[in-house]
Amino acid sequence: MTEVLLEIDNLSVDYETGRGDLKALRNISFSLNKGEIVGIVGESGCGKSTLISSILRLTAPNTRFREGEVRFKGRNLLNISEQDMRSLRGSDISIVFQDPMQTHNPVLTIGRQMLDIQHRSSATKAEKLHRAAEMLSAVGIPDPQARLKQFPHEFSGGMRQRIAIAMALMSEPDLLIADEPTTALDATLEVQIIEHLRSLQQDMNCAVLFISHHLGVIAELCDRVVVMYAGAVVESGDVREIFGNPKHPYTRRLIDCDPGHIKERARVLPTIPGEVPDLANLPKGCIFRERCDQAMPRCTASVPPLQTIAEITGHRAACWLNHEEMAS
Amino acid sequence: MTNSRSELTQIVVGIVRDPLGLVGLLIVGSIVFCAIFAAWIAPYDPVAMNIQARLEGPSLAHPLGTDQLGRDTFSRVIMGSQVALKVALPAVFGAMFIGLALGMIAGYGPKWLDNLLMLLFDTLRSFPTVMFALAVVALVGPSLQTVVLVVMATSIPTYARVARTQTLSLRNSEFILAERAMGASVFRILGVHMLPNIIGVLAVLAAMDIPTVIALEAGLSFLGLGVKPPTPSWGALLKDGYALIRQTPWLVVGGGLPVILATLGFTFFGETMRDVVDPKLRKQR
Ligand SMILES: Nc1ncnc2c1ncn2[C@@H]1O[C@H](COP(=O)(O)OP(=O)(O)OP(=O)(O)O)[C@@H](O)[C@H]1O
Ligand SMILES: [Mg+2]
Repeated sequence: MTEVLLEIDNLSVDYETGRGDLKALRNISFSLNKGEIVGIVGESGCGKSTLISSILRLTAPNTRFREGEVRFKGRNLLNISEQDMRSLRGSDISIVFQDPMQTHNPVLTIGRQMLDIQHRSSATKAEKLHRAAEMLSAVGIPDPQARLKQFPHEFSGGMRQRIAIAMALMSEPDLLIADEPTTALDATLEVQIIEHLRSLQQDMNCAVLFISHHLGVIAELCDRVVVMYAGAVVESGDVREIFGNPKHPYTRRLIDCDPGHIKERARVLPTIPGEVPDLANLPKGCIFRERCDQAMPRCTASVPPLQTIAEITGHRAACWLNHEEMAS
Repeated sequence: MTNSRSELTQIVVGIVRDPLGLVGLLIVGSIVFCAIFAAWIAPYDPVAMNIQARLEGPSLAHPLGTDQLGRDTFSRVIMGSQVALKVALPAVFGAMFIGLALGMIAGYGPKWLDNLLMLLFDTLRSFPTVMFALAVVALVGPSLQTVVLVVMATSIPTYARVARTQTLSLRNSEFILAERAMGASVFRILGVHMLPNIIGVLAVLAAMDIPTVIALEAGLSFLGLGVKPPTPSWGALLKDGYALIRQTPWLVVGGGLPVILATLGFTFFGETMRDVVDPKLRKQR
């Protein structure tokens, strides 16, 4: 049974800047079912972090929500009270950040922090410590009882990220957001983290929104994938569909850049010639037009809508080429 | 937390391991010891006069001689430590805690409140402490409490500014963002997560500030504007000693040496503590 957990519906977000409004997100729509893992890929600056902070409503002060909704279990998070929002954070929705070296309080022991994060629970301190130790061993930290007494700087980067995952999953959330959790780590550690993440995710049946630069990890871990480019969704669908039969030139370029090695090698998104358009001053028509080798006159004239290509798999792409294809 | 005690022990061990820290700790320890047990250590009543034994040099009976009223200088020095700490500790720790609270509010609260508090701090800071003290003492008369209040008022801004700067930089740090993303309330963020990151710096600042306040109290008493005679303060000793320097140098030594020792002791202590309270700098166990 698929039950929708998170639904981003036509979300547009601006940043007010000295140069005018920077259109960081434009008409983003996708959804996440209960227990599903959805990946978001896209170059640096395409708006991944903006999207996450919009979901958690922890945006920069110059953020303006222009239109759209973020529905979590049917409730629009953009207009519930701050109090309600805070009670969702860390209990129903948890997050793991990119840089494990920065996400822990440097002057508190890991145990102290893991106790603190259970502040909503009415369990006794001994029970909470027990639970903390349990979570640490679940992410493969040996000798958790002793480790709880140590400070963050006494752990390696990989361990710290596993601790961050343990802390995020402590409350058994329905949704875990992971913002490039492995980008700061080397390849072997990355595999380890992904393994732990997957096994915990299966045990708890929580949905994961997994943001990454790394196509290989997305291919390995995710059920579905959303490809973002310059603040918009250009393609989304089943992982195998997207990687096997990409319908947007941008996705194709991402994959083509490193054909045989996607699984192991594509740690960083391959670079594509040309520049991302200025979000404060968007060109007319398709945003990928200037870097696209298949651009047509139509691409300059108007923005291609995100269109369903295959109903069954939910494959969607925003490119005029598909319209031509379907027409013929 | 189960290991908060072991953490304190660790800080003490860290200080003792450093020779400078050990010296500082010993000096600070003896001053505190003298202040607490002054009544037992002092061989004579520090205010008891003995006209027969005026201006005597050091002897077995009077290790630092006697003053113009025949009072035992050594006893007055010992009692003086009590006066010094009675002024310095409440003034410094009072200023530290008020400054900490105001600084964190300024750093984490809304912009207008920050501006308002900063204006207040800058105004307070623009009064030169000594001038301000003289004016207040002239208005309400000399007393221990007056000195404490004046010192507190003029040093709150220093602590508040440091606390504010720390709060501002912590506020944008990733682990605080992480805490917010995990649903921590403002009080939890300030109390549980920011406070332990700020308190160490302020404690070091406070330790270094104590000798300044001791010297200020001595200075005010020297000018006759501090504690009222016959209360034995180091500044009062210096004042008497200065007038009588031709007859006996022992009063100046008795008043001056403790001030210098206290300055060195608290500074060494503070400097070592600064290195030790930062867990990242602390040696691996
Ligand atoms: N507070 C802000 N004010 C103005 N512009 C911003 C602000 N935050 C982000 N931006 C801009 O919005 C765009 C999207 O930024 P965002 O951080 O969401 O990208 P990202 O996809 O997370 O990138 P990365 O992969 O590097 O983390 C970028 O062009 C960025 O420069
Ligand atoms: Mg980002």
